[in-house]
Amino acid sequence: MLHTIVVYVENKPGVLSRVVSLFRRRAFNIDSLTVGRTEKPEVSRMTIVTDADEDQARRIVANVYKLVNVLLVDDVTHHPALLRDLALVKVAASRETRSQVLELATVFKARVLDIASDSITVEMTGGEEKVDRLLELLHPFGLLEVVRTGIVAMRRGAKSPSVTTKAKAAGTVDDGTVSYSV
Amino acid sequence: MGSSKATEKADSKAGANAGEKPTTMTGARILWECLEREGVKTVFGYPGGAILPAYDALRHSSIRHILVRHEQGATHMADGYARATGEVGVAVATSGPGATNMVTGIATAMMDSSPIVCITGQVGSKLLGSDAFQETDITGVTLPITKHNYLVTRADEIAHAVREAMYVAKSGRPGPVLIDITKDAQQSTCELDWEGAAPKMRGYRPDLSPAKEEYEKALELIRHAKRPLILAGHGILVSGAEHEVKAFAERACIPVALTLLGLGTLPASHFLNLGMMGMHGEAWVNKTIQEADLLLAFGMRFDDRVTGNLKTYAPNAKKIHIDIDPAEINKNVKVDVALVGDLRKILLELLPRVEPGNHSDWIEYIRGLKGDTAVRDIQNLPDNGHLYAAHVINDLWHETRDRDAIIVTDVGQHQMWEAQYYKHERSRSLITSGGLGTMGFALPAAIGAKVARPDADVWVVVGDGGFQMTMAELATIVQENLKVNIAIINNGYLGMVRQWQEFFYDRNYEATPLLNPDFVKLGQAYGIRSVLVQKRGDVVPAVRAAHAHEGPVLIDFKVEQEDTVYPMVAAGAALNEMIRRPNPLIETAEDE
Repeated sequence: MLHTIVVYVENKPGVLSRVVSLFRRRAFNIDSLTVGRTEKPEVSRMTIVTDADEDQARRIVANVYKLVNVLLVDDVTHHPALLRDLALVKVAASRETRSQVLELATVFKARVLDIASDSITVEMTGGEEKVDRLLELLHPFGLLEVVRTGIVAMRRGAKSPSVTTKAKAAGTVDDGTVSYSV
Repeated sequence: MGSSKATEKADSKAGANAGEKPTTMTGARILWECLEREGVKTVFGYPGGAILPAYDALRHSSIRHILVRHEQGATHMADGYARATGEVGVAVATSGPGATNMVTGIATAMMDSSPIVCITGQVGSKLLGSDAFQETDITGVTLPITKHNYLVTRADEIAHAVREAMYVAKSGRPGPVLIDITKDAQQSTCELDWEGAAPKMRGYRPDLSPAKEEYEKALELIRHAKRPLILAGHGILVSGAEHEVKAFAERACIPVALTLLGLGTLPASHFLNLGMMGMHGEAWVNKTIQEADLLLAFGMRFDDRVTGNLKTYAPNAKKIHIDIDPAEINKNVKVDVALVGDLRKILLELLPRVEPGNHSDWIEYIRGLKGDTAVRDIQNLPDNGHLYAAHVINDLWHETRDRDAIIVTDVGQHQMWEAQYYKHERSRSLITSGGLGTMGFALPAAIGAKVARPDADVWVVVGDGGFQMTMAELATIVQENLKVNIAIINNGYLGMVRQWQEFFYDRNYEATPLLNPDFVKLGQAYGIRSVLVQKRGDVVPAVRAAHAHEGPVLIDFKVEQEDTVYPMVAAGAALNEMIRRPNPLIETAEDE
């Protein structure tokens, strides 16, 4: 099944390649990967969607954790979470079909970004399935160009696991025991 | 130039004594200063263009530099140094080919969790990415085979990189760390802020410990086990848990099987020590694993060479896995209880809570499994006038057992015979490349071990194939005046490959016969006392003479050419399906 894993990393050069290299080396699959800035300038945040069973997912988390620049790994698959994908869709639209395309965009709450004589470009943001569904419906009109960002994820509610950004001196355990169980 | 160097050294010493060491210095000097303060006494290296500023600054340092003959050798030496002591070994090379030559040694250290720090020069930061002369993206190349690596482009980043690298290499599950330093970072100056450069890490968590309830689950399984077995691995040595493992095994009365890298962590003579498991492990040990109802894996990772076919591995056993690396849990073998953390700490927690056990029936049963093993043992075959590797190893063991000996082996048949016939009583008395199986490891690793422990008797046990991969380091032995003894187990073949061809490729000995140089003459060309031994009776005198000789000694043991390592679990076979040495009694009957 698909697992959605949020990885907080130090915002340093080369960290993305370390994470990607790990997935490649361990033959873990990547369905999508996004990376961006966060509320803390020194922290970047990745959302990785990966096809893995529970045991593989645990091993992925454990392996990603071993990377020195990784601050926190949170598998949000089994937690209430907001998952959002963004797509830019350029669809063929003649004078005859334009209104039908616009109607679909309205129903899906997709923003119309550009209208040309023979095409319309819309921005669709939502859960992956909703984006899939829109693309499916637009397909018969002729999809000229599609780009998707991949999933970004955030837990629902106030409480997300907090990232320790306070540096700790080597060899000290700062916030009690980190426990691990199978 | 020699005299000015001496003056410089004297000057810097005087400065240090007066407490006036300049705090502003070149990146190159900071590099050595930090290594020195981190406790590094020796580095193994090879100079070149991009690392020249660092070499130039070496005159200000008390660190001993050992000039190798190939950068691969430098990494194996650092590795041997680390394995002999547990301290971080340091290797130095230039950019480009110097750095890429280190790759094999780095991968070797990675697979065997050996703490080394590799320092490479890099082209000037302005030239990065321009395909400049001798430029290689070595941090990119070594990304998957280092625990971590650093590209340092400024002098003021060097101190922090060095201190953090030393910490990362040694802490948690140890491993290799590489620091790539551009030439301009070595040349430019800045202030050394030693305290400010202390490793402060936000993410890295090497010090996990198990959840409380996992201890209870483990104790419960131990309490109910009737046929328990401890699998003792390299992690015991890394954690320094030898004493605790022995105490635990004795208290719970549980026999112990060892991995190749675990040999020595429990004395071979200990009544609970069964011997080595796995592909060339003792047949009774593998049968014991298959019949056990509880396996306690202590600092081992269920490598395919110890499990055989995973589908049939230890089918009746519950499994408790103690390892510092959570990524090892359930990787190859699904376990029932995982205790993640430092083995020694975990055993100290378990020891007072584990009930004294009595498994004498089980131990008696295992004794019975030994069956005809003694009859099949090459040591017990009638003397046919041939010299076998087993004889050499056995005699070497007899002659060194009462000394502080370190045996450093290469990879192949001789390595397995060493593991079978040399009875290791002490931890860190065997150094060998396990995970990566790196031919050419032995000679340079032995140099590192000798430098680390000058009072130990260091013996290289190496095949004629692997020896020729790194024999250039004979010159290093001589130049550094190191007493390293070399036993070449010379059968004129790439023996282990030949053995696979014999068993699985219809005896098609493609590319395995070796035309060797005269190793005695070769050793003599380096100024090393070298002798040829072809008869069993000459082994002991040759070993004794080597011990009596002040300098290094090379012994070319010409052994039986087509001898085979028995028993053997074929790749993909179940652990208990072993190819055994043909029963000599039957064979003799047929001969007659």
